[in-house]
Amino acid sequence: MLDFSEKPERFRAGITTWIEAHCAPSLRNRAPSDHQICWGGKCWTFDSDAQRDWMQAAAAEGLTAPRWPVEYGGAGLTRAQDKIYREELARLGAPTPLESFGLWMLGPALLAFGTHEQKLHYLPQITRGEIRWCQGYSEPGAGSDLASVQTRAEDRGDHWVVTGSKIWTSYADQADWIFALVRTDRDAPKHKGISFMLIDMEAAGVTTRPIRLISGASPFCETFFDGVIVPKVDENGNSRIVGALNGGWDVAKHLLTHEREMIGGGARGLLGGRSLGAFLATQDPGIMADPILRAEAMMLEIDSLATAMTLERYGDMARQGGVGDASAMLKYAGTELNKRRYELLMSVSGSDGVEWDGPQGALAPDWLRTKANSIEGGTSEVMLDILSKRVLQLPTQ
Amino acid sequence: MTQSLIPTTDEVMLRDAARGFLADASPVSALRDNRDANRPFDPGLWREMAQMGWAGVLVPEDAGGADMGHRAAGILAEEMGEVLAASPFLSTAVIAATALRAAAHARLTDIAGGDVTYALAVDEGTKHAPEATALRAAASGNGFRLTGQKRFVADGASATRLLILARTSGSPGDAQGLTLFDIDADRAGVTRTARPTIDSRDHAQLDLTDVAATGADVVGTLDDAMTVLRPALNAGQAALAGELLGLSAGAFGMTAAYLKDRRQFGRTIGSFQALQHRAAHLWSEIEITASAIANAGRVLDETPEEAALAVSVAKARATATAKLAVSEGVQMHGGIGMTDDFDMGFFMKRARVGAEWLGDYGYHAARVAAARGF
Repeated sequence: MLDFSEKPERFRAGITTWIEAHCAPSLRNRAPSDHQICWGGKCWTFDSDAQRDWMQAAAAEGLTAPRWPVEYGGAGLTRAQDKIYREELARLGAPTPLESFGLWMLGPALLAFGTHEQKLHYLPQITRGEIRWCQGYSEPGAGSDLASVQTRAEDRGDHWVVTGSKIWTSYADQADWIFALVRTDRDAPKHKGISFMLIDMEAAGVTTRPIRLISGASPFCETFFDGVIVPKVDENGNSRIVGALNGGWDVAKHLLTHEREMIGGGARGLLGGRSLGAFLATQDPGIMADPILRAEAMMLEIDSLATAMTLERYGDMARQGGVGDASAMLKYAGTELNKRRYELLMSVSGSDGVEWDGPQGALAPDWLRTKANSIEGGTSEVMLDILSKRVLQLPTQ
Repeated sequence: MTQSLIPTTDEVMLRDAARGFLADASPVSALRDNRDANRPFDPGLWREMAQMGWAGVLVPEDAGGADMGHRAAGILAEEMGEVLAASPFLSTAVIAATALRAAAHARLTDIAGGDVTYALAVDEGTKHAPEATALRAAASGNGFRLTGQKRFVADGASATRLLILARTSGSPGDAQGLTLFDIDADRAGVTRTARPTIDSRDHAQLDLTDVAATGADVVGTLDDAMTVLRPALNAGQAALAGELLGLSAGAFGMTAAYLKDRRQFGRTIGSFQALQHRAAHLWSEIEITASAIANAGRVLDETPEEAALAVSVAKARATATAKLAVSEGVQMHGGIGMTDDFDMGFFMKRARVGAEWLGDYGYHAARVAAARGF
């Protein structure tokens, strides 16, 4: 058992030894293209024994969910300890042992809104990588206006009957369970009739269909619910609704803010992907004699470096106690910057860039995919709405 | 990097103290008063700043300074920028103090005490280019004779001392062969001509004709001015970026308040989404620039020899952000924003001068490109 000492230096020494003992050298410092993210779940195939051992060792210590309480499968680390843990993972080139929507989203929702019994049942399944979750929020008729979801759960006494469809459900075809926003009161104002429901993807009537994007194949799916029966109280005695009945919007709002804060915390780096400098090194240096390309590259580099500093600053702010709605700025600025970067990379690569599989590898699909960055997880326009209304507190009339 | 980009408790206290002091002692109306009285700054205000330790913010404690570091200097500059406080802070407490400190110069004590003010005379053309210096310091007996012209010398008409970059060997364009002289502003042969600038601050042209100088006037080493000047310019550029960030926040604060107050078409104009999104975008730009500036201060304090990239990112960002903040400031205020009675014009004018001083966007973008290898 690890010594989770309060003393930072002892903690760092202990966690370093532990990572080195359990994360095999074959997993460490792998190129992003070779690195398969470990998602877990019932149908997960580990890419190696080493990947399985690493996830299981981390799960045994609660280190797949470092900040969660120990009783729910976490390691109960403090913010400072979590920072040290992540620093040491990065320094040793060790991959995160497990990533999932359960860790990122459902877990935080349960921790904030779930009952003790719900937490005891669902959270350890997530931290052990046994159950893979997907998110059912958007619908064909409910994109930016998420609160207008129409998928309905009808009350049939001891169970709900769920009918409708969700879109942009990432990895729904590989997920075991889905957390979804469903309408449980059709007469209430739109924000007041939504519940946050947990549904087994193996239940009769649930089907999925992958979505092909302009950039090619994608993890996105459509998910259909055709009279799916969801017990009100399941065999473990748990309600399948998180938070209050018809209180799902509060859970969703909490999660959306949490999601954007995590972007600031570096959970999913917005500045990942191809770097401008590394890309230029592969190109004929003469290309930068073009004054427009050169100017755009210089401006992009300045803005990228300043944005990287902002991610660091907001990450520290988040660890010290929260950023709140201001995190919408990171989402807005980071995604718009990423689109700019890929536009420039395409310009620099010239006609090579427009081949489906040219000398740069799949640059064109990557470029096309960035166009979704400022749409998914809340459009840039929704981010600007959040900033102007909640941070700047500009009036509504 | 060991420091976080979040302010420390001491830094929060310094900012609060500076803000409180400046709100009383130097609101934007003080700049208007200075302008109307044809006065580049209020010497009484500078005395008070010196008493609070601001003049010695970068002076070592054994020379009577507060030695608070570049992050602290940036915070002070930012707070001054927010209310457009006019003072010799950047020229004296940041630029001259850093140059003299790099040369372990005895006059640092006078800076900390507020007993001298400095102006840095570098540029001779319309753009920042230290290496292009042609002003000649010709050997003469045991000393030198300085002859030539310097332009756009900030605080040049009012400073009691001048730091003059002169060519002692080589030719314009060479980074070597330059020497930095520290001379009394009233020395024989120095003609100072005020060149009133749009920001109502002190800018002068210096004409030097056979100005006598000795080896004792040299700061640092003969023919090697850049060893002392480079850190001073980096410090000045970072603090100026801080001032421009504060200026941006000041202009934005006025604009956001106006959006909540002004009514047209029967509603508050801040309720129009077209304006909301522009305001939110501007706020985002200011936040991102603030990170670049905090980082520049951190790098200057921790690894100053590697500061060029961080400083140039900060100055370039601050220049662009300030331009956006004042342009949007005037546009969103509408007609009132164009009037001299209203303060927004002061922000716009100072932003333009700050954009040019110590290197414009292109100068710093080129330094970033060089540091990043393209």
